[in-house]
Amino acid sequence: MNEHPIAAPAPVARLIEEFHKLPGVGPKSAQRLTYHLLRMPAAEAKALAEAILDVKERITFCTVCQNVTDSNPCRICASDRRDRSIVCVVEEPLDILALERSGSYQGLYHVLHGAISPMDGIGPEELKIQELLARLRSGEVTEVILATNPNLEGEATSMYLTRLLRPLGVKVTRLARGLPVGGDLEYADDVTLTRAMEGRQEVSG
Amino acid sequence: MAAPRLYKTEAIVLRQRKLGEADRILTLHTPAYGKLDAKAKGVRKTTSRMSGHLQPLSRCMVQLARGRSGLDVIAGCETLESFQALREDLDALSRALYAAELADRFLAERLESLATYRLLLDTLRRLQAAPGDTALRYYEMRLLEQSGFRPELERCLGCEQALRPEANYFAPVAGGTYCPSCGAGAAGSRTLSLNALKVLRLLQRASYNEAGRVTMPPALAQEVERHLRSYIVCMLERDVNAAAFVERLRREQQPLEV
Repeated sequence: MNEHPIAAPAPVARLIEEFHKLPGVGPKSAQRLTYHLLRMPAAEAKALAEAILDVKERITFCTVCQNVTDSNPCRICASDRRDRSIVCVVEEPLDILALERSGSYQGLYHVLHGAISPMDGIGPEELKIQELLARLRSGEVTEVILATNPNLEGEATSMYLTRLLRPLGVKVTRLARGLPVGGDLEYADDVTLTRAMEGRQEVSG
Repeated sequence: MAAPRLYKTEAIVLRQRKLGEADRILTLHTPAYGKLDAKAKGVRKTTSRMSGHLQPLSRCMVQLARGRSGLDVIAGCETLESFQALREDLDALSRALYAAELADRFLAERLESLATYRLLLDTLRRLQAAPGDTALRYYEMRLLEQSGFRPELERCLGCEQALRPEANYFAPVAGGTYCPSCGAGAAGSRTLSLNALKVLRLLQRASYNEAGRVTMPPALAQEVERHLRSYIVCMLERDVNAAAFVERLRREQQPLEV
């Protein structure tokens, strides 16, 4: 004799479902997060809800470089202390965070919001490539650094952009690829090793 | 054939998708076990030893461990053929990705398919040597046949008469060719020039040694491609995503009309 199972109250089920929509959050994680929120003080839960609304309301994409920003143009594009003759093209906004952390780059950026992945239906039209071309028309930019990921999609994107940008007379460079620090020569694959060998630099001193 | 707990197989990586923070699920094409998905743990970290070996289109020897929930895990891998030259040529790469997508779409899970494996491998090598479209057309025709979708090219599907050496019709939804009388007005049928019919028959009947040597003027090549593509789309009941990129590159390469 099977009694009809009683589900969680509607607001709880609704929140679980909303959490479940987020990437990397499975049904169990969604349940855990929801029940944690139930025990949280109301003020904290409200703060979370407001932070979510705030992000969607105030954050937009910089019309120049397509980075996420709360001011348009973003802080980097608006800064007069950056080298405006170089644009570093990356796949995602998080790549900018990583590069800025390294402190080794003073130029501007451009975010494509993805990489060319033909099998998944992501072609040049799905990326912010037209916006990049528009920026290059003024002639202020003399070098474009292609800093897409060193994987198949990133390489395809880099090759496609090279083809597109070369005729514009701008210098096109690609971030060095090779062995990562912490990596192991013994386990490296042929492509990595070839690139590392080709890109060898003279040592000073 | 059931696999033991830890097993080794040669594989070509067809595609990949992200899983969690640092993992990927790879779709592998293997000679003995057919198409299978496997988890590659930690490959999105920069210090991953396996990530370079497991890029799409890589041919490698993988060691797999049977997973609890049906998804096997890649325990180790070693590159057999990296297709580096293919990766560095946008025209060859775009065609290779198209071939990989077709393999993924046509193959059923875990169905032994040595013939399609060999076909894909040969095609990747041909594209690497010379990125032309003939290798791709041959691949399409062979793959269709191996998947059980061989198009009729000898007789009219309406009246069953042998086709005459003239313009006929090609109707994917019917499974192949119609004669001029039956084809006119038949659902989904389009004109098939005599030369296109000859090329299609050559692709179907001959070895690559013969078929690969055929040279087609652009208009004929386009017609053959159109017919094969529409047939594939009809059989798969969906578009082939990677075709768009191949076409775009071709369009953008064309010298502008003055």
